[in-house]
Amino acid sequence: MSKIPADLKYTKDHEWAKQVEPGLWEVGITDFAQDQLGDITFVELPDAGTSLDAGESFGTVESVKTFSDLYAPVAGEVEAINDDVIEDPAALNEEPYAKWLMRIRVADDSVFDALMDAAAYETHVASVE
Amino acid sequence: MASKDEINQLLLHEEHVAAGARFAPFAGYEMPMRYGSIVEEHHCVRKGVGFFDVSHMGQVFVRGEGALAALNRLVTNDLSRLTDGNALYTPMCNASGGILDDLIIYRLAADEWLVCVNAARRTQDVAWMSEQIGDAAAVDDESESWCQFAIQGPKARDVVHSVADDALAALPRFGVARLRVAGAEVIAARTGYTGEDGYELYVPSAVARAVFAGIMKAGQPEGIALIGLAARDTLRLEARYLLYGSDIGESTNPIEAGLAWTVKWDKGDFIGKRALEAIRESGPARRLRGFVLQERGMLRAGYPVFVDDTNVGSLTSASVAPSLDGQVIGLGYIRADLCDAEQAQIEVRGKRLSAEVTRKPFYIGSAAG
Repeated sequence: MSKIPADLKYTKDHEWAKQVEPGLWEVGITDFAQDQLGDITFVELPDAGTSLDAGESFGTVESVKTFSDLYAPVAGEVEAINDDVIEDPAALNEEPYAKWLMRIRVADDSVFDALMDAAAYETHVASVE
Repeated sequence: MASKDEINQLLLHEEHVAAGARFAPFAGYEMPMRYGSIVEEHHCVRKGVGFFDVSHMGQVFVRGEGALAALNRLVTNDLSRLTDGNALYTPMCNASGGILDDLIIYRLAADEWLVCVNAARRTQDVAWMSEQIGDAAAVDDESESWCQFAIQGPKARDVVHSVADDALAALPRFGVARLRVAGAEVIAARTGYTGEDGYELYVPSAVARAVFAGIMKAGQPEGIALIGLAARDTLRLEARYLLYGSDIGESTNPIEAGLAWTVKWDKGDFIGKRALEAIRESGPARRLRGFVLQERGMLRAGYPVFVDDTNVGSLTSASVAPSLDGQVIGLGYIRADLCDAEQAQIEVRGKRLSAEVTRKPFYIGSAAG
């Protein structure tokens, strides 16, 4: 059973989002995503300051056998990327919820309301498993 | 063989499911790719012992007085050098010198030969061999009756010896013998595809389950684990073993692939000899090289290779190398006129990353003795 923390928001591309402070959110990949990928070997992330449209690809996560594009859940600007994950990609398999990938700044927090809550994401995972 | 809509399962499918296998289709079979972490499976083989179910591969027996001569005409290496109980590795070429498959051929007796073929080429190989051999010998595809297991790693031999006839321990590298393992008559060979020492066992389907269980039990104290195809790929790439369908194929010849050592020019005629002689004369148009990425990134088959801004080829295989501290390695062909380069650039999604160009195995394991 994949872990799905109750206090996060989720996308159908198996990413999670968590508010850090008003206008600033962290984005990462879910337990389901890391499990599907297998041993993660490399993470590519955008530079801080990059402007993203909703749904735009902001990087990739590569594993021994495959890779997955990362998609911006909402429009915003990249405030920071997590150097820990660049240095130690395997840690993403261990702690997908602790190892955020990017922090994104948005004008209006309500854009995240459109994301799934934990219950909806759980249903989504069940449907693709 | 499965049609494109059917897929075969391995005999031990349920055992793989029970072990948590993630499956993917390969050569018409539902194959276990991994059971957990590919990197952990890789290390398990390099440091201890791993068990691979490679029963999707093909087992073709060639029998009769004319078997040696018939087979020797089809392959580049010289089978007449083998004695009973020995094997060799060889490409099998078409008349243009293109590689139809790469094989391990075991001489069980003067009139009984086992040819292990790649799963994806089984149908083509059997058709080709039957057509070329005709009445000279009996060609029997017995793949449906046999399972194939590989037990590999520095502890592999000890584990298998503990449940096998004493004679097994005396097998030299590339030796093969019929004897009992885990109570069942098998064909045991000291061959493998990982760069580690160990055995490949050809096991009649009827006793496959018992042999599997016996070896897994015997290997428990050494931490034996099932190993999937993904780790099989990272292991073989580190050892610089080639993969048919990726590094070699009908459009590649043994000389450009670095397999000239398998071509025995002084044996009699064989299919492709004239074409290969011509290539040897003029030099191949390209040569297979190894690459070690020197910047952060990931390599994949298909990525273009550059030497000083000239596109000289592309990668045919690539992976992370867990036994090399996670360095990223690959194989690919470089245009002959630039193949002496020591550095290359590999284009990774628009960015050119530097790589060292190598000619040797990336990792030497216990198979080297």
